[in-house]
Amino acid sequence: MAALTHPLMRLVDLARRRSPWLFHFNAGACNGCDIELVACLTPRYDVEQLGIRLEGSPRHADILCVTGPVTRTTREALATVYAQIPEPKVVVAIGSCPASGNVFAGSPVIEGPVERIIPVDVFVPGCPPRPGAVVEGIAKAIDILVKRETAAEVAR
Amino acid sequence: MNPLDGLLALLVFPGLLYALPMGWLMAGSERRIVARLQGRIGPPVTQAFYDCVKLLAKWPVARPLGDTFILTLLPLLAVGCALGALALLPALGGRQGFVGDLILFVGLLEMAPLCAVLAGFASRSVYGAVGAAREAVLGISGNVPFLAALLALAVASGSLSMARIAQAPWAVRLPALLAILACLPVKLRLNPFSVANAEQEILAGPLTEYDGPRLALWELAHGLEWVALTGLVAAFLVPVQGLPRTWGVVLFALASFALVPLLATLAAATARLKVQQATRFLWRWASLAAAVAVIVALIRHGRA
Repeated sequence: MAALTHPLMRLVDLARRRSPWLFHFNAGACNGCDIELVACLTPRYDVEQLGIRLEGSPRHADILCVTGPVTRTTREALATVYAQIPEPKVVVAIGSCPASGNVFAGSPVIEGPVERIIPVDVFVPGCPPRPGAVVEGIAKAIDILVKRETAAEVAR
Repeated sequence: MNPLDGLLALLVFPGLLYALPMGWLMAGSERRIVARLQGRIGPPVTQAFYDCVKLLAKWPVARPLGDTFILTLLPLLAVGCALGALALLPALGGRQGFVGDLILFVGLLEMAPLCAVLAGFASRSVYGAVGAAREAVLGISGNVPFLAALLALAVASGSLSMARIAQAPWAVRLPALLAILACLPVKLRLNPFSVANAEQEILAGPLTEYDGPRLALWELAHGLEWVALTGLVAAFLVPVQGLPRTWGVVLFALASFALVPLLATLAAATARLKVQQATRFLWRWASLAAAVAVIVALIRHGRA
């Protein structure tokens, strides 16, 4: 059985590595990081050659990209969207706001940083981070995505 | 068509064994060509295969049992019907099909979009409902010229058998093919007719609430639709019935695949139309080509 499942699992790992779909969640960001994330899809950076696709629905996604310091109005939506993403999933926090609250830290309408609401796997610091840094963060997230499921399979 | 031939058509050629890799290749090539035309490198042509495997290996979020049942049944039905439509294509020389297989073909081919409409409403998502409504409107507008073209071919060849109408006289076949070609981007939901799955406006349209293996089934159905629709045009263009089998198969596959760069170029060159603009184009221009085909077919029929 192991001999049969092993190549199959390797194929699944390969497919996960080659086809990570992103969902972009704006938790009250100023649109700076959002522009840098979308810039990754342009001809200069072209992340689609890695099989990456920006999906419209969280249910299609593998990687959740969060921007913004998580305002009071986006908190519940963020938790809902995270719950809607099927396993295995990875969260990338893009920019300084989701990591620390940035200049909004201490504001009464800020519920972040994002780690208070959902677990984060990769932080991409910067205000805003350059597209190259975003691509590197997503590449790290892909590594985590592949390893995560393999560990779960071993445990089972 | 004897049972063994039917089974072979369903499972080997032009069915599962041929259509699965071909569908992945077509969907992957389309994305690749669009990317190259936009000055990007684009995903590998095997991308659709990886997407499919990855989606199959995901663990969907639990939903209520009734939802799960209907949301699983609809894509399964879509895949099955698309495969059935494929098997009826007159793609192999010497295989005659049966009288009336045109009607079954049209019915089966229409099941996948119909299932998508139902899926959009059944998912109880606003985006799904809007996408489903758009899919239905565009489906009706696209089907008028599509069915009229097939009707013209049937009249011209005096038969309802796919193998016979593939040899209809060129005076009818040319305008009919034009009408069918104009309907291809509508049925494949490509730009400028990507109205139903408009991802910047309504997320993913009817498929917004689908995840994991169930979404993989939809991708699979879409791949099969690619092969079936391009195969329909190829079967009308290439005289496979007169050729030796191996050459017929190769030519059929090549002619099907040759449509992919054409559709991809159109998709890359155009922006999405509004529902109204898209339906207007179909009613006006695609229907015109279909009407020409019908009129020529009727005149020839009256003379004979």
